[in-house]
Parts: sequence; C-alpha cells; structure tokens
Amino acid sequence: MPSRRPFQFVLPLSVAAAVLALVSAAARSPVHPVPPAPPESKLAEVHDVAARVNEVLARIWSDRNVVPARPADELQVLRRLSLALHGGVPSLEEIRRFEGDTAPDRLERWTIQMLNDRRFADYFSVRLARGFVGAEGGQFIIFRRDRFTNWLADEIHKNTPLDQLVRQMIADNGLWTGVPATNFITQAFADDILDYNKLAGRTVRAFLGQRIDCAQCHNHPFADWKQAQFEGLAACYGQARITATGVGDDPTKEYRVTDRMTQEERQVAPAVPFGEEWWPADGTPRARLAAWVTHPDNRRFERAIVNRTWGLLFGRAWSEPVDDLPDPPTVEDPHDILSVLGHDFRNHNCDLKRLIFLIASSQAFQLSSEHPAYDSGERIDDVEATWAAFPLVRLRPEQMIGALCQSSSIKTIDQNSHLFTRFLRFIREQDFVKEYGDLGERELEERSGTIPQALLRLNGRFARETAEASPFSASGRISGMAPTDDAAIETAYLCCLSRRPTTDELAHFRALLTDQQGDNRSQVIEDLYWVLFNSPEFCWNH
Amino acid sequence: MTNTLHRRDLLRMAAGLGLSFTVPGLELRAAEQRGPARKKSLILLWLAGGPSQLETWDPHPGTKIGGLTKAIDTSIPGVQIAADFPKLAEQIHRLSIIRSLVSKEGDHERGAYAVKTGYRPDPTTVHPSIGAIAVHELPDSKIEIPQFVSLGEQPFLSRGGYLGDRFDPYRIFEPGESGQNLSPNVDEKRQQARLNSLDVVSKKFGQGRTKRVDATLHQHTIDAALRMMTSEQLKAFSFKDEPAAVKAAYGDTRFGKGCLIARRLVEQGVRSIEVAQDGFDTHADNFTGHTLRAGIMDPAISTLLTELAERDLLDSTIVLVIGEFGRTPNINPLDGRDHWPTGFSCLVGGGGLKSGVVIGETDPQGIKKDPKNPIQVPDLYATILQTLGVEYAKEMITPIGRPLKLCEGTPIPQLLG
Repeated sequence: MPSRRPFQFVLPLSVAAAVLALVSAAARSPVHPVPPAPPESKLAEVHDVAARVNEVLARIWSDRNVVPARPADELQVLRRLSLALHGGVPSLEEIRRFEGDTAPDRLERWTIQMLNDRRFADYFSVRLARGFVGAEGGQFIIFRRDRFTNWLADEIHKNTPLDQLVRQMIADNGLWTGVPATNFITQAFADDILDYNKLAGRTVRAFLGQRIDCAQCHNHPFADWKQAQFEGLAACYGQARITATGVGDDPTKEYRVTDRMTQEERQVAPAVPFGEEWWPADGTPRARLAAWVTHPDNRRFERAIVNRTWGLLFGRAWSEPVDDLPDPPTVEDPHDILSVLGHDFRNHNCDLKRLIFLIASSQAFQLSSEHPAYDSGERIDDVEATWAAFPLVRLRPEQMIGALCQSSSIKTIDQNSHLFTRFLRFIREQDFVKEYGDLGERELEERSGTIPQALLRLNGRFARETAEASPFSASGRISGMAPTDDAAIETAYLCCLSRRPTTDELAHFRALLTDQQGDNRSQVIEDLYWVLFNSPEFCWNH
Repeated sequence: MTNTLHRRDLLRMAAGLGLSFTVPGLELRAAEQRGPARKKSLILLWLAGGPSQLETWDPHPGTKIGGLTKAIDTSIPGVQIAADFPKLAEQIHRLSIIRSLVSKEGDHERGAYAVKTGYRPDPTTVHPSIGAIAVHELPDSKIEIPQFVSLGEQPFLSRGGYLGDRFDPYRIFEPGESGQNLSPNVDEKRQQARLNSLDVVSKKFGQGRTKRVDATLHQHTIDAALRMMTSEQLKAFSFKDEPAAVKAAYGDTRFGKGCLIARRLVEQGVRSIEVAQDGFDTHADNFTGHTLRAGIMDPAISTLLTELAERDLLDSTIVLVIGEFGRTPNINPLDGRDHWPTGFSCLVGGGGLKSGVVIGETDPQGIKKDPKNPIQVPDLYATILQTLGVEYAKEMITPIGRPLKLCEGTPIPQLLG
C-alpha cells in the first residue's frame, strides 16, 4: 500500500527530531551567554544606595587623609567575585565570554548572573552555615549538616528573606531530615544533652554579632553583659527537647541552673538582654526569641549579617572579629557603613543577593590592591583600616582547591559538568582541605601561610595532578592545541591568574618554549602551570 | 656494636680525664647532648576514639564490670594492667599511671579538644594544644625540620590555636620512608628552572605592593620549605637505615612505624611529636576491638620506651599515652562500652617525671562514678609543662586581646621528680 509509505518515515524521523531537540535543549547551558540587563528602574534605585556607600567611603578617606588606590582591572574584579561567590577562579570559558561582552555595565550584569547561578547558593550557604552552626561534626545522625546547607542553598537561591530563615532556625520544630532548619538546634546536642548555653551563645554571635559567651560563667569583663542576661537567653531554649519525632518543646519544663556560688539549683525565666519592647508576649519561648532577634528595630541583626557578608566578600570583615561588633551608634556616625547597608538590607526584605550586589558594587571592592603605601611601607595600617586598597587575603583552603580544579579545566566546572568531573572535584576538595588545614569556624581571621602548606603546593599531588598535561586537562590541551607559543602562555595565565602575561613574563616563558616539541613542550607548559599555582598571585586574593 | 668512637663518647672521656681543653673546637651539637643539658621533648601517643581504661591500664578482672579482660603483673610491684600488654608490662616502671582522670567532655570532638589543650571548647578562641605550647615556648633555631610533627591519622587535629597556624603540626599520614611532600616532583634541573620562573612571576606581583606582599610571608614559607627539602635532618623522617630487627620490634603497623619515627625525631632534637592510633570507639564488640589495638600498641610503646632509655633519651623525653576519654564500666548489650569522661586512665613519664607511681583508683564494682583522687587534665598539663621547663601559668594575650594562661592547672606533686 504505497499511500502509507510516507508515514513510515515521518513518524520515526519526527521522534528522532524531537529527541534531538530535547537533548540539545537539556544539554544547553542555562547560563545565558551575555547576561541580560535588569530593568532600568530597579538599577537606578540600587545605584542610589551604592552612591551612598561610596560617599561614606570617600568621607572616611578624606577624614583620615588617605588616597584610595586606582580602580582594579575588571578581570581582577571578576576573579574576586568568582572566589567570593563560587569559591574558585573564573574559567577560561567565562573570561572569554566576559571579554566578548561589549554591552554597557557588564560587571554589574555579570555580578547579577553570578548571584543567580546555582553555584553561588551552593557555595555561599556552606560559608554561612559555618557561622550559623559552626564547623564541628556534631552528633552522628542527629545533626545533618548536609541537609542544613542544602536547605539554606535552596532558600538563598529562591531569595527567601534571611530574617525568615533565621526565625526558622531558632523556632522550627520537626525532624532534622525533614525540617532541615532544626539542625540549628541539634548542632548543640552532644552526649545526650541539648546544650542551652551553646545555643544562646551561638544565637547572639551568629545573628546579632555579639559575644556574650563569657557571661556564661561570669559577668563580661569588658562589655556590659551580665551572667543573669546570659541565663535568661539560655532559658529561651530551656523547653526545647529532642525526641524521636525531632525537635520540639516541652511546655511544662522549667529551666533550672546550678548557681556557681551557692551550688544550689534555681529556676530561670526566659528573658532578653536588651530591647524588651521587641520581645512578643505570646508564643513559645523559642518563637518569641526568634521574633526578638529579627525584629525590625533590632539593628544588631542587620549589622551582624552585613558585617559577615562583607567579610565573605573581602576575606576580612568590616569590623573584626566578625562576631563581636560594637554597639550600634546612638547618634549618626558619618563613617558607619554598616548602617547604610544594614538599613537597605532591612528595607528590602533582608535580600542577601541585593546586599552582596551592593558590596560588590562599592568602590572598596573595585579598587586595586596596589597602593603607594604598600610599596613604601608607610601608613599601611591606615590604608588597610580604611579599605583604601583591596586587602591581600590568603585564599581559604576550599578556594585554593576550587581555583586549582577550575584552572586545570578550560570549561566551567559547575552543575552542568559531567558527574565524574564534579565527583573528582568533590574528592579533591575533601582531601586538599584536610591537608591544607581547615580553618573551621574562624575562617575570616587574618592568617599568613605555613611551611606545610608551601610544601603541599610545591610537591603535593594536587598541584602535580592539576598541572599534568593530559588530553583532558587545560595544560594538555594548551600544549597540544594552542596555535602559537604566545597563545599557549597567555591561555595558561588567563586560566590561573585571570590576566595576561606582561611583556617580561611573556619573553621569559617564550624563551623556554621556543623550538620545544612533543613531550618537551608539554613539560614546559606543565612547569608554567606549576609556577602559576605556586605564585603568591594565585594563592592570595588581591 | 660499632667500633666508631662517637664525638659524644670522646667528649665524655675528655671530660672524665680532665682533658676537655684538648677538644676546644668541638662544640657539642644540641641533638647529641644528653642529661640535664639536653632540651626536652614531648611524645604524645594519642589513642583516638576513647580507649577503655578497663582494657588498658585499669583492669578490674573478675568483677561485673571487668568483662573478658584479664590482668597481668607488671614491673611495678603490686600493679596490674590488662593482659593484652605483656611487653609493656615489663617496661611500665619507666612511666607512671593515672587512673583517675576527669573531664567534663563526653563528645569525641569536644573531648579531644579538652584533653589536647587542657581547656573546654570556647567558641570565641582556639586554645593551643600541649604540643604547640611546648614548641612555642621552647624554640630551637638549630632545627631545620618542623618542630611539631603529627604521625598517623586522627579525626581531630592538634592546633596552634591562638599562637598561630605556624604552630600547627606538620602531618605525616603514612610514617616510614619519608616525610610528606618533601621531595620535588621533578629532577633538579627542572626544579631549578621552575623556581627561576616562579621568581619572575612573584616579582611582577610584588610591583606596587612590595611591602604588603612581603608581609604575607609567602616567599618566606617557600624558602623555608625549600631549605627543609635539602636539610640533612630530614633523614629523621625515614627509617630506611634502621636494622630490620628494630623495625620488627616496633611492629609493621602505622602506629609502630610512627613510634620509631618519633624516636628518630627526638634524637634529632624535634620538640613535640604525636603518634595517633585510631579505632578505640568500641560501642560494640569492645573486647575484640581493644585486643586488636593492644596487639599494635604493646610492641610499639614498649620498644619506644626501651630504645629511649638505651639511648639515654628517656630522661629528656616525656611520653604521654592518652585519649579523649575512657569507656563506661557498664557493658552494653552489644558487648560494647560507651563514652566515660570520669575516671579514665593515662600513662605518663620520662623527661624527669617520677616513674612507677600510680595515682587514683576507680570503683571495681562500677557503682561509684567518681574516682578516688580525681586528676583534672589541666593539672596533668601543668605537671608536664613545668617538667619541660615551661612557665605553665604564663599569661598570653590572644589575638582578640583577651589574656589567657597557657595552662590553668597546678602540677601534681606525686609526679614531680
């Protein structure tokens, strides 16, 4: 029957075409090649706040008689953003796209795109979690860090207001697997005991930027904290308990402490150390505490979040240590950047991405890390204290291995990468962080490098494996495919340092590469990679 | 026996004969010094997971809580330890036993912190571990290799804490042939070419921020690492030249190899060494678990003690055998024991501490929780630090400006030599 023949081909062909279309759609990177610009009206309003941040900075510089550094190269800023938001350096693929983007305001558009990339939520949630639930392993089974960070990442990705997330951490009930916010409570469970003091101390440190922990045993020697205030806070958690059904409250339970002086037990009622007017009368003690911590008038909350976020972007908090801020100023302080950013954060739904965008747009974030004072050695402290140059900060271990992994690949390693690539990165990250030394909860404190770290970079397997010229590694592909020696050198520089070599550097490596073929050529490229990995420029954020 | 006359022997002879003036140019290297003039070292044998006091140094055989563990007589008259340690039983007179350690931390991470630092975990600061304090307080510019070395794997590391990352231990996961990351991946010529190139790239980065880049100590750590890579003293990390019989005596285990390397490091003058043995968290099948690990520890620790004594190093080396806590007298339905931070045991001695002393006693029926003559960990550390020659109550100003004592304990009089 000849009339049916055309259908015999059409159907399979259309199925094949549909499959092809679906597969190519699925395989296409969701990342837009050139990030679209946000609506003009929205940007204008953000620019207004960014201008106020820059006004404060300018005032600080002029009052301290400090001249700020010149603006940094845009690629350098992209590298800073990539390290802070994705935990690694930009890929060659990203750098090429960035450089090919000639539309106006590309840095702004790229910042927004990076914030909306899932890599941001995944990476930043892990960093924030260190402040929220610490870096300890916690009780096996009952504390599920993975659930907590996945939840936080999902919510950050969705732009859930941060104050809401904090309220959930303090007050949610349920099982640590199904209601991941409750891991904030279970992190304080050890040795069959829920440590109310630990919860009280962490709540105030993580969410209000105050160290009240010393008052656990005695009245605070420097600040105004009294032991009774600490006990009142701990009592807010006093009814919390952990059962087979998860975190919950026992409304009949009285919170009792042993008096350190008399050794007698006494009952302590929930109380807050300041701002009683923000403390609701109704609800469970935890729900009341959650409302108090995040109350719109409790300025410590927004200041603590702004300070920590600033710290995660620069590697150094605006006010150090990150969790012990001075009291909010009672009269307007013209140098107080935390107020400007905090106010905006609060007025815009505690939007973390907006806050980061503002910090990244500030002049401080976009200044060069070169400064005459850094050369002469005079007034270095003033330059650092006023953020008049971008600070030099050692890459954290996870940034170091993130940068190593990314620079050894031409393509971006992200959620679209092959499962094997992601798995390899995951394993390498675990091993490297272990050997380089995990900084734990205090990852924003200033540190210099150590000799074992230098040995690990010089001779360790991580640098060797990532520099190795294989058909899949960047060095192998550069060695085999770069059209000229100069192109090979330039590509390696872009992969590792996100910049092009200077004339001197180019001449130096060109001389090594000239007339080298085959394995010898690969060796020179491997050596180039090794050199770049070990350079201070690679190992320090700048 | 070797017929070579060691410089040490020569000096000793010269001194004995009143002939020291005959060897004026022969300055004694610190590593070769013996006796009171030698700077002291500390070896911490860390039993990770919480070793059972009942299956080690405080057995109660024949009681309800004693379980399957038998006890044997030791070289300290009237004192028994678990029968799984026959070799150590003959050497234990070189150490003392504390059977009444108490701590307030029954969680692994917190317990390890408390026992390694003498402080309970405090979220606002990180206290240095005892090994880091020793290195910080007793520096030695002659030593080119790391002064604080950790051998083997353990879940919760010792830290330099507020003293700085510089006082974190240098870690060797697999003790034996060499240190970790100490040999270049390429030949000498290529390595030199790499270093020349590194200089070019580093110089470029220094431009416009020379002083600030210097302050990062990046180049300094690379230089120090390169110096270390060519140091003669590195041979301490390798037991290649040790006789097979010596290696066999320590045991062909990671812990045994670690103990042998620890002895070599002490000989070289390294201040502080940790060797870790994991696997004591025996919530199930406690007795098999401990017997297996005793088989590893018994030859290693006893050989270490014998060798240190033979080489005249025990009087200048404190040896501490301890874990984060002990285990419950009660045996659970899985034949295991759970965490027990009250009344656990340790071995400590050498370095001039009194030996053969037994402190404290636990209830053989396991009814009374508190041991007799309880000893707090900070008191143990005050004893050790004082014996090492460290002013243990010295106040340090932490990076946040808070004054903290190196150690809040007071020395245990029974142990002071």
